[in-house]
Amino acid sequence: MIEAPPSPESSIKPGLVSSKSSPMIAVRTLAKTIGQQEILRGIDLEVATGETLAIIGRSGGGKSVLLKHLVGLMQPSAGEIWIQGQNIIGMSERQLGEIRKKIGMLFQSGALFDSMTVEENIAFPLREAGERDPKVLRAKVAEMLEVMEMEGQEDKMPESLSGGMKKRVGLARSIIRRPSCVLYDEPTSGLDPVVADSINRLIRRLQHRFGMTSIVVTHDMKNAFDVADRIAYLHEGRIYFHGTSAELQQSSDPLIQDFLLGRSNGQQEKRVEA
Amino acid sequence: MVRFFSALGAPLLSFFQYLGEVVLLTADTFRSIFTHRLRWKLFLNQIVEVGLLSQLVVVITGGFTGAVFSAQTFFQFNKLGMGSAVGAVVSVSLCRELAPVLTALMVAGRVGAAMSAEIGTMKVTEQIDALRALAVYPIDYLVVPRALAMMVSMPLLVAECIAVGITTGYFVAIFMLDINGTYYMANMVRWTRSRDIIMGLSKAFCFGILIVFISCHKGLTAREGAVGVGRATTEAVVNASLAVLVCNFFLTMFFNIIYPAGFQ
Repeated sequence: MIEAPPSPESSIKPGLVSSKSSPMIAVRTLAKTIGQQEILRGIDLEVATGETLAIIGRSGGGKSVLLKHLVGLMQPSAGEIWIQGQNIIGMSERQLGEIRKKIGMLFQSGALFDSMTVEENIAFPLREAGERDPKVLRAKVAEMLEVMEMEGQEDKMPESLSGGMKKRVGLARSIIRRPSCVLYDEPTSGLDPVVADSINRLIRRLQHRFGMTSIVVTHDMKNAFDVADRIAYLHEGRIYFHGTSAELQQSSDPLIQDFLLGRSNGQQEKRVEA
Repeated sequence: MVRFFSALGAPLLSFFQYLGEVVLLTADTFRSIFTHRLRWKLFLNQIVEVGLLSQLVVVITGGFTGAVFSAQTFFQFNKLGMGSAVGAVVSVSLCRELAPVLTALMVAGRVGAAMSAEIGTMKVTEQIDALRALAVYPIDYLVVPRALAMMVSMPLLVAECIAVGITTGYFVAIFMLDINGTYYMANMVRWTRSRDIIMGLSKAFCFGILIVFISCHKGLTAREGAVGVGRATTEAVVNASLAVLVCNFFLTMFFNIIYPAGFQ
């Protein structure tokens, strides 16, 4: 079970249950220990179909680890993860394949296949699903590039793309099969504010156009406020806060205020040093 | 005594864990070969990488090994008046030992290193995680085409190495060492049996399996960025080369029971 947070405000809740319809993703008491380090210490989380949850928290706080657990890229030390009513813990890689077809994931670095062109990268999931007609593939890639505002970039290699373009291509590749859910790992990190804003607009457009459930892991507060229906603050391996953007901004909890305002204090410095 | 065994225990355990991982990878790959569709384009690409692009290395290795072996054998045998037996010695040695082992070592250096580096780079840049997230099993996509290409290419490369080695050995013997060509050929054909060739090709198949799984395993378990990939590549080449040399002894003993050496 999740421990009660130190500052019991109304907006700070331990067990996270969405107010919307049946959960697309449910995480129960998820824990992960790597070596001697406890990364996740009992995460409870639900994400309803069609909603966007932003998971915020400090760097190295376990946000990306949590995200990787949701597609079975990492196995937890304890806990359960339910995707559309199926517990994915203990599934083999091949069984997870069926679950992964429902979920797209944008990696922090884009994780583009560097031996393939932009077109081949984006068409990859369709090819793997058995689509062989070059006309169909080209048309679908062109459509995705239009959504990403990257028309005419089909023949470029990943090494010649900027950081923002890599993320867009990675996003196009992850959503070309129209998954029900998209996981974004730091979609705006390392990008200038203008490109970051264009990524935020893109995420919102995808939500409206395809109605996808989204989980956005970020430490960029503008990104979180721009795209999220709800925000969860991950702190020291636990969900410390869960609520709407407005509730987060109104919170008087010192830890949340420090994070929102980008303030470090002595206690945190001591912890970092330790 | 306890300290000795505890000091011995950790490396031994890690060695057995490593062996277990390679065996599991091998089993998973063979299961995948028989139960899942083959990506023909990737397989043909790997045939080009492993087979076609290794031609030059194998031809030079086989050619100069045959030539030098022919000369050295002549220098020794000629003292005993057995110069005409050079062809038989060169041919049988190339078929049973030299061609499979030297080709395997060259392929481990050229192809094994490339496999390990490519897969390792994919691992540390999250491309393998991306494959998995896109519902593609990395063994099916990365290991199966490489393993099949190696199993097909290695026997052909060894056959080529044998042929080139025998040819250069013949030319050195006839044109540089003045051995009678008729006796040379007659002895070579008399003493070289089909079982010698089968043994060489069987060894090539086994060495191909060793190289591909050791290299792919090192790539798939690479970590810690560029340094990790470099380390994985080095370890892949060293481990594959050592495995080839060690297994060669046991394969020789085993195959000698099935295909005994000599004229029987």
